[in-house]
Amino acid sequence: MKHLLSIEQLSREEIEAILDRAESFAEVGRRDIKKVPTLRGRTVVSLFYEASTRTSSSFDLAAKRLSADLVSVKAAGSSVEKGESLKDTIATLSAYDPAAIVIRHPYAGAAQMVAGWTTAGVVNAGDGKHEHPSQALLDVYTLRRRLGSLDGVRIWIVGDVLHSRVARSNLIAFERMGAEVTVCGPPTLIPRGIEELVCEVSYSLDGIEEADVVYALRMQKERMSESFVPSLREYAACFQIDSRRLHPRQLLMHPGPVNRGVELSGEAIDSPQSLIAEQVAAGLVVRMAILYELLAGGESSTPSTAGEGSRPTPIGTSA
Amino acid sequence: MSAQGEIPTTRLRDELDGRPGEDAHLVLRRVTVLDPVAGIDAVYDVVVRDGQVAALAAPGEADTEDAEVVEAEGLHAFPAFFDPHVHLRTPGHEHKEDVETGTRAAAAGGYCGILAMANTEPPVSTAAGISALREQARVGASVPVGFLATVTKGMEGAELTEMVELREAGALGFSDDGLPITDAGVMRRALQYQHLCGGNIALHEEDPRLSTGGAMHEGPVSAALGIGGIPSVSESTMVARDCALAAHESARIHIQHLSAAESVGIVRAAKATGVQISAEASPHHLCLTDEEVRTLDPHRFKMNPPIREERDRQALIEGLRDGTVECIATDHAPHQPEEKDVPFEQAAFGVTGLETAFAALHTELVLPGTIDLALLVERMAGGAEPFDLPRPTLAPGAEANVVLCDLGAEWTVGEDGYESRSANSWCAGRTLTGRVLMTVAAGQIAYRLRSFSLGVAS
Repeated sequence: MKHLLSIEQLSREEIEAILDRAESFAEVGRRDIKKVPTLRGRTVVSLFYEASTRTSSSFDLAAKRLSADLVSVKAAGSSVEKGESLKDTIATLSAYDPAAIVIRHPYAGAAQMVAGWTTAGVVNAGDGKHEHPSQALLDVYTLRRRLGSLDGVRIWIVGDVLHSRVARSNLIAFERMGAEVTVCGPPTLIPRGIEELVCEVSYSLDGIEEADVVYALRMQKERMSESFVPSLREYAACFQIDSRRLHPRQLLMHPGPVNRGVELSGEAIDSPQSLIAEQVAAGLVVRMAILYELLAGGESSTPSTAGEGSRPTPIGTSA
Repeated sequence: MSAQGEIPTTRLRDELDGRPGEDAHLVLRRVTVLDPVAGIDAVYDVVVRDGQVAALAAPGEADTEDAEVVEAEGLHAFPAFFDPHVHLRTPGHEHKEDVETGTRAAAAGGYCGILAMANTEPPVSTAAGISALREQARVGASVPVGFLATVTKGMEGAELTEMVELREAGALGFSDDGLPITDAGVMRRALQYQHLCGGNIALHEEDPRLSTGGAMHEGPVSAALGIGGIPSVSESTMVARDCALAAHESARIHIQHLSAAESVGIVRAAKATGVQISAEASPHHLCLTDEEVRTLDPHRFKMNPPIREERDRQALIEGLRDGTVECIATDHAPHQPEEKDVPFEQAAFGVTGLETAFAALHTELVLPGTIDLALLVERMAGGAEPFDLPRPTLAPGAEANVVLCDLGAEWTVGEDGYESRSANSWCAGRTLTGRVLMTVAAGQIAYRLRSFSLGVAS
């Protein structure tokens, strides 16, 4: 795999290979010294044109855990503010001969364009409302750990699907892994034509009791002023996942950051069914696996078996 | 040879502006002549002299003395094409295109005349603006050009331009193309005023309240890509509004770049009730669907109105067949790489089309049998009459507007560069079948394909 630009590009087998790799990194994470030398001497550029906490920090930490040299660039405070085009910024950063460029950009297709401008492997860390493949992979990883398999699992994705790259990537990833997906939200926030993708569409929470997993999306406050919904109050009344609506059998997920009291009630967030903390933890190992697949892929080794040949070895542990 | 078509009494060289030159004296020997409107479909020697189609002689029998002779057996001659919708980007955006490069591109595409849109910087809203452009065309235009003026001052949609004075200065008609006239009251006043100033009003139909934030057609593909949609209803509701207004005011309108099936239906219904309305469709809307946008390539696939679904494409083709759409217009919209080498949503709208329109439609619609060659030839020249200009014809005695084509020639678009200053062709990289070898516009040779050598009279 040269680039990770979308979930759309991945087969079930490729998704599973990344998840298997992530499992082996989870083992590394339980050691005292959580670092492997796989990418020693190689450079990873992380380029974020949008605010991000968990995606940027976990990609940065993933690169460091793999011993890569990391250049982290935020659009704010960089020459982007001086009007430099994306193409020129990539040309500039490519002068460092990076092995990988991780990019988050407010517009669809940015990562794909970057892949055409550089010899580095490109990871899409979110492009507009298009895709967020690493989020989908960590969510599948989290669910697979909890459920063993996604085959036949019924997942409801609830909320602002229209503006959500997470919804799009997860919808594809969940379906590709064998789950049955329903998207649910107010009709103004469900994109016209999504019914032709492989999923069910529901304009209310009626029937959500059938779900095995409820995946709530972030509801952004600016949607009110654009008349997508009349008020947060009405949105919450119709679509908030709370302890009354969440069945004890169901699992709850959210990509973060959560608007407590809007799309999720406080009790739901803190309930034992909530996988939100596990999702964040999964983000690190899955992003390590993504960088590994791109930059060291093709080697069939697992990093957990320390000290064998050229396989990644934890630094500081004796073989 | 007695042609059925009437010989127009006006000539493009009188009605439009172009660089003066020498009248061609040319014999296209044994060429297959097809002019469906004039009822001509046979092999002739086409004699061009003194600015006219001097004769259609029996094959091999034309007098070739002093003439440049083209051995054209197996080649086709059609009435040259007319494009009522071109962006020459002058004044203000000459880095994208100017009168010289844009008309060269037109000549290379087989066009004998074009109409330039007024959404320049500043917009063409004054008589002085029109006069300056006409002067430029008389210096540097390879084919005759007509200029439209804006309907509203500065294209702001609020106040009418001085439409009488603009007409006197030579404005061929009016359009705020690039932007819709959103205020129905302003639109109505323009239509009323047309009874004083004359000139057709060409309309870019889009309700911005329905399309804002959109970068492609709204449908399953935009849902999958997460790109904001430009719904079909943003066009069709405005088409319906303006059909109703034109009917009410007995005014005349021309609907630009139809893209949605619903719009075609509305135009058809309006025509049936006698509304004075004409309509155009663009080659990219006739050949492509929004599936192409999955590539996220803004160079070739981002334009407004957007390429839509297969049902829309089929509706446009049906409109071409039944005459609801009387002409093909390229909406040639040049942009430089820095406006296109950016993510899809950020990129400028528009693709170029003058140099490829005939070849693309011949390849995509005629060769597969979707439409006849005769229909394509008729519609490619259909853009003149809605603006009170003479339809190009090969009837003897008519002004010589001739395009010579090799329908079997294959070529890859962009391989030899472009005549246009910009390279954002929706056909870039495509292999097309059918190539323009030579264009005669208003009696003068406007274009010869470089690799096409001319025979000499024996």
